[in-house]
Amino acid sequence: MVTSATAPAVFDLEARLDLYRVQLTLRKFEARAYDLFLENLVKGTSHLSLGQEAIAAGVAAAMRPDDWTFATYRGHAHTLARGVPMTPVMAELLGRTNGLMAGKGGSMHLTSVEHGVMGSYAIIGAHLPIACGAAWSAQYRGTDQVAVCFFGDGSVNIGAFHEALNFAAIWKLPVVFICENNLWMEYTRTSEVTAVANPAADRASAYGLESIIVDGNDAEAVYAVASAAIERARAGEGPSMIEATTYRHGGHSRADPGKYRPDSEVAEWLAKDPIPRYRAFLLEVGATEEQLVAIEEDVTAAVERAVDEAKAGDVPGEEYLMKDLWADGGSSWRN
Amino acid sequence: MAQLTYREAIARGIAQEMQRDQSVVMIGEDIGAAGGVFKGTVGLFDEFGPLRVRDTPISEQAILGAAMGAAMTGLRPIAEIMFADFFAVCWDIVANEIAKSRYMTNGQVSFPLVIRSGNGGGLRFGAQHSQSVENWAMMVPGLKVVVPSNAVDVIGLMAASVRDNDPVIFLEEKALYASKMDVPDGEIVDELGKASVLRQGADATMVALGNMVPRSMAAAEKLAEEGIDCTVVDLRSLVPLDVTTVLREVGSTGHLFTVEENPRLLGWGAELASIVAEEAFYDLDGPIVRITTPHIPLPAADALEDMAIPSVGRIVESVSKAMNA
Ligand SMILES: Cc1ncc(C[n+]2csc(CCOP(=O)(O)OP(=O)(O)O)c2C)c(N)n1
Repeated sequence: MVTSATAPAVFDLEARLDLYRVQLTLRKFEARAYDLFLENLVKGTSHLSLGQEAIAAGVAAAMRPDDWTFATYRGHAHTLARGVPMTPVMAELLGRTNGLMAGKGGSMHLTSVEHGVMGSYAIIGAHLPIACGAAWSAQYRGTDQVAVCFFGDGSVNIGAFHEALNFAAIWKLPVVFICENNLWMEYTRTSEVTAVANPAADRASAYGLESIIVDGNDAEAVYAVASAAIERARAGEGPSMIEATTYRHGGHSRADPGKYRPDSEVAEWLAKDPIPRYRAFLLEVGATEEQLVAIEEDVTAAVERAVDEAKAGDVPGEEYLMKDLWADGGSSWRN
Repeated sequence: MAQLTYREAIARGIAQEMQRDQSVVMIGEDIGAAGGVFKGTVGLFDEFGPLRVRDTPISEQAILGAAMGAAMTGLRPIAEIMFADFFAVCWDIVANEIAKSRYMTNGQVSFPLVIRSGNGGGLRFGAQHSQSVENWAMMVPGLKVVVPSNAVDVIGLMAASVRDNDPVIFLEEKALYASKMDVPDGEIVDELGKASVLRQGADATMVALGNMVPRSMAAAEKLAEEGIDCTVVDLRSLVPLDVTTVLREVGSTGHLFTVEENPRLLGWGAELASIVAEEAFYDLDGPIVRITTPHIPLPAADALEDMAIPSVGRIVESVSKAMNA
């Protein structure tokens, strides 16, 4: 196993400002989505990546447009980071026809095939084998596309995780697994129910995968390890596991205030918030305060526009209910 | 024309599709050089090679997850789950992932894949290797369910399943693997959702599936000797369900008997009975009768297994009793 060193300086200032913009977009989008929950405009449940944005942003920057993302129910950030516009994502949360899936999927199932976002899956572990399948298809067709699969630290104890890792290794599949280790499952600490110290990385090395641990609150470090893993996969050298250490600022889901976590732990991680940290770094490497403020104002305005556009969408009518179960567009099971 | 077994028809049907379309690939346990535990894939590894006929570890979730991911990115996989009972260890991938994803993405993804599996009893394998699970599959929105009863249908329905753009659960009846019939040369392509009327009679309509089809045909011969002239409908697929044919054939005799190998509760015949009761009630001249395996796991001993699965004798008895009531 490798613990990553500091990222090499592969970024020019413009790329760095972009990376800042993406992280900030994820942050402000989700903060606004949370407000809309509180206003009861977003129904059901939802899982935010507040605090974890550097991972989705750093990995997406390392991907080619035709690579594939497989995400979990905590997938807003991973979807937006691939370039999916905010309006259809917000509209999906609001259950409107201008949503990514016209309201039929909701927060936990964001998908935009056009952007390589091949789905967000809400059964723990299930999408690891599915990502292997996409990788198998790329390998068979010789397209050199790579499948990237995100999941949480709590997902390492379910069978599908283990089946997928072995499967990816024996077929040398072009897949990169990314464990966002935020230390907690829902309300239980993963370390209390997991026999090894590094939940994903320790297991992955046992299955013969290249295994890397990285500071998940450092977007450039994430970018660096993700680029290396993706290029390895693309070159036919097989799968990797990246375990990115991070922390969610809020509760597990909308309904959870996250009170089971010690205040001191929360405070310690808030101090490591990836976004202010990256902002400070940018000022050190030559960005100006004006440049950063301009990005911040821009993102805030873009989020507000997305909210307005999403709210202006129609509520889906009955014509959506019975469509698209089958490839013929319908849902008929009899003649 | 050649005599083929049901098992040989599997390989021929798959080969026909693999020759036609490079995107058709197979995965499963022991399907390669070994030719499958039921020898349903013999010859395919030699003809198409290890990249298209790929052996896997014993990882049913990985097999079906991989089939799903491949199907949504341009391949048309045929995956094998060795025994249909094993669906229980990968049912999440089938029922939550494959079946739901097209609907919940508002049609963004398609799953042109086939999952083949050895289904049903008759081989004295005991409870965990013998169940008829067609009703498990039928109750999941988003799955098509096909169960051929003879070698020609195996080929034609395999072709239709592989060419279909939706996920198909293709249940191969273990008890029929050794059955033989004359099969025409050349390409055979059938259609999903069309039942076959195998025998036309004036008095009663039996609707059967898979392994229950030849038994129903044999029962119909015996019943004819008693003066009860039966129609036998081979449903062939549960989803799509050919309700039109069933209603027509029930309408012409006034009696419906379903002959089902699945355990009693919520077997496919229950759905059919409900449709007929709702839509053809006034065509009926007597109660609808379901002839099924009892609601028990299948026992291993041949004497007990034979009592459990509807036999020719039990079908004759049930029909005769109801028709003479
Ligand atoms: C098979 C399954 N079991 C349980 C759940 C309920 N559940 C949803 S999220 C979650 C915790 C997952 O924790 P982790 O994998 O660390 O991901 P995180 O939520 O932290 O991103 C649980 C138990 C589920 N969705 N699927």
